[in-house]
Amino acid sequence: MGLIESGLLQKKPLKPVSWLLNYSRKYSLWTFQWGLACCAIEMGAALAGPRYDVMRLGVIPFPASPRQADLVVVSGTVTDKMAPSVLRLYEQMPDPKYVISMGSCANCGGPYWDSYSVTKGIDQIIPVDVYVPGCPPRPEALMEAIVILQQRIQNEGVGNDELRQRWRGEHILVD
Amino acid sequence: MTTTEIPGSPDFEIDPRALTPLADQRLDIELQSEDMVLNIGPQHPATHGTLRVVVRLDGERVVSADPVIGYMHRGYEKLTEYRTYPQVTTLINRIDWLSSFANEVPFIHAAERIMGVEAPPRAEWIRTALTELSRIATFILFLGEMGLQVGAITPAFYGFRDREHVLNLIEAVTGGRFHPNFNRIGGIKDDLPAGWINETRRVMGLMLESCDQFEDLVAGNEIFQARTRGCGIIPADVGAAYGVSGSNLRASGVDWDLRRDGQPYLAYRELDWKVFTHPDGDTFARYWVRLQETREAIRMVLQILDGLPAGPVMAKVPRIIKVPAGEAWVNTENPLGEMGYYVISKGATGPFRVKIRTASFSNVSILPWLLKGVYVPDVVTILAGLYFILGDIDR
Ligand code: SF4
Repeated sequence: MGLIESGLLQKKPLKPVSWLLNYSRKYSLWTFQWGLACCAIEMGAALAGPRYDVMRLGVIPFPASPRQADLVVVSGTVTDKMAPSVLRLYEQMPDPKYVISMGSCANCGGPYWDSYSVTKGIDQIIPVDVYVPGCPPRPEALMEAIVILQQRIQNEGVGNDELRQRWRGEHILVD
Repeated sequence: MTTTEIPGSPDFEIDPRALTPLADQRLDIELQSEDMVLNIGPQHPATHGTLRVVVRLDGERVVSADPVIGYMHRGYEKLTEYRTYPQVTTLINRIDWLSSFANEVPFIHAAERIMGVEAPPRAEWIRTALTELSRIATFILFLGEMGLQVGAITPAFYGFRDREHVLNLIEAVTGGRFHPNFNRIGGIKDDLPAGWINETRRVMGLMLESCDQFEDLVAGNEIFQARTRGCGIIPADVGAAYGVSGSNLRASGVDWDLRRDGQPYLAYRELDWKVFTHPDGDTFARYWVRLQETREAIRMVLQILDGLPAGPVMAKVPRIIKVPAGEAWVNTENPLGEMGYYVISKGATGPFRVKIRTASFSNVSILPWLLKGVYVPDVVTILAGLYFILGDIDR
């Protein structure tokens, strides 16, 4: 957020100001689709399919590059070969950034918990905000995750220190 | 990359296509243009997952292309050694995730063949219906998405919209939208739910309309034809030599379909249907063949609904499945091409070794040959037209 870098928000902002900033942030979530495996198709159905139409929640699923994204949905199996790219992509995103881990594979390895080539959980490499369990989770579950994430964004502090502290928070599990 | 392709190595051979006329060469000395290496993927919408294609470009033209696979390698063949037979079906659902039901069938058939069990006819017919439904779901998505890859975003939404109807049908029977895990050794888990047959008839009507719509909207579109006709031509002999199978090969004019020509499986011999081929072998031909095959699959499902035999859906099998020692090879016609399982059993509750032959792996192995000399925008069209699934390549 440019406001923070400019120093205008160095102090703790007034409540209405942070409410307004969070409100606008949560309804313009640019979402980068990091679709890796089967779950990517469900994510496609949720984010691009007309039946679920995620744009009505204020999510814009077509950023051209991770540099324009606020939220990344990692959906599918992360293999050890892929893991460095996931990390690199995450590091390219500007702060504040959020991660949804979609599907058992991204959460913990899923059906490949004893495979030699699968990374068991992307939370080993990047911090995760919301976990969506399921193999694959239904598109509705992903949308619930987005709504929960929006509630979290609404309640966040906006001051410089508070954003830096963000990762002390709890993970959320959609159930 | 072989040494003949590395500039500077003693046996480097210049691609004849890269040899330019004299005037160009003189210009080259002034501009000293170098090959540019471009990475397509590992995360690119046209690659349906995480395929990485490293292309060397001379201007806009591809000098060489190397698919880098393995980003989705999940070690299925090793994992099957640690799982029991019912657990293996859960895994192999996820190989080709767009048509999961079709994946289960060859493996279950192989296990049944070793055990000497035969599924009752009703179970085989329901399996056929679900296999064809997953074929429709897969192809409808392709028919829509192909528009997206040549620059028209609207058809993709229609594809996703119409696919949902078919997924609902599969979900009503199996409980899973696209990982059904519904086959058991000796039959299927449950009979059809009440009202499913009528609902399927209605949805098949919708799907036929949707096929007509895609024919008008995409296949009949002049711009689409200009982009895809003559783009990525696979001659029949080259395709067969690389092991290309399924609709990709039929689009090159080879009249070969395992449902008709392979080992008899499911109920295909009792249905009335046709195999479509196209002489051109280009991306448009592949689109056209898949469009016709979707229609044919719809016709097959309708016939199955009319002729569904009565009876049980499960043969008598022991509660704990132990497959006696033996081997079986079963290959079937999956939506993406030929899929086969070679199962070796040593008499335990799980297989000793499973070799999986997947269609996409052979289909993308033609890429280095196919992409040589094409222009960059065509790369995406060709990739999308081959229609592969990453789980199906890397397993
Ligand atoms: S969680 Fe299941 S559906 Fe999702 S990518 Fe993993 S295996 Fe596929």
